[in-house]
Amino acid sequence: MDRVPILRMGRTLLVTVQVDMHDQLAVRLLDDLTAMITKTRARGVLIDISALDMVDSFIGRMIADVAATSRILDAQTVLVGMQPAVAITLVELGMALPGVRTALDVERGMELLDAARDH
Amino acid sequence: MPPAITEPDRTVVRVEIAENEDVVVVRQRARDQAQRAGFSLLETTKLVTAASELARNALEHGGGGYAILEICSEGSRRGVRMQFVDEGPGIPDIEQAMRDGYTTGKGLGLGLGGSRRLVNEFHIESAVSRGTKVTVVRWR
Repeated sequence: MDRVPILRMGRTLLVTVQVDMHDQLAVRLLDDLTAMITKTRARGVLIDISALDMVDSFIGRMIADVAATSRILDAQTVLVGMQPAVAITLVELGMALPGVRTALDVERGMELLDAARDH
Repeated sequence: MPPAITEPDRTVVRVEIAENEDVVVVRQRARDQAQRAGFSLLETTKLVTAASELARNALEHGGGGYAILEICSEGSRRGVRMQFVDEGPGIPDIEQAMRDGYTTGKGLGLGLGGSRRLVNEFHIESAVSRGTKVTVVRWR
């Protein structure tokens, strides 16, 4: 069964999406991440989508759901690496991803998570 | 004289839409066509995203169907025409279905209205209990 791997780095979960996800794969990732946050008591989730050349409304909703679910479970989600063409298209589609924190790359995303934890 | 080797005609591509993975195939074929038509990265991204939304609509609401993706031209400009056909229940109120946020499924209701914003031409025909056909064109 296809799965997007989730890496654990201390209290942070790192997901690098590298395949063109079909809907079931996106749903499975949300389920897996939610289970992992609880199991590992993670405080942060970093999702790197720099390899994705398209985000449609379904994948966009999955990302928003991860952010909302993790917040309820006391973990911050940061989305990093979105390509400019993907961002423009997503906004035009009508999805501005409110409530999802973003950073340009993994390094800045990590800083954001570290800063959030210190407060 | 040996017969000339000709490139197979790839200007028209048909993709069956019967399951989740087929939506990904539609995206890939739409990307191929965009590249053949000389689209920029942004134009390609918009076309591929519209293709994904419309293919999912055909699957979720129409119970599956097929897509035809072809390169088209008008004078000197080139574009990609995409047609999504299903034989599902049809859409009783198209105006309502086009509105952002209107959904009968599990999505966000951005499929039709959202994809219309990503293309230059958008045409939808639907007959209750006969099916739906959406035709879109994006020009370079």
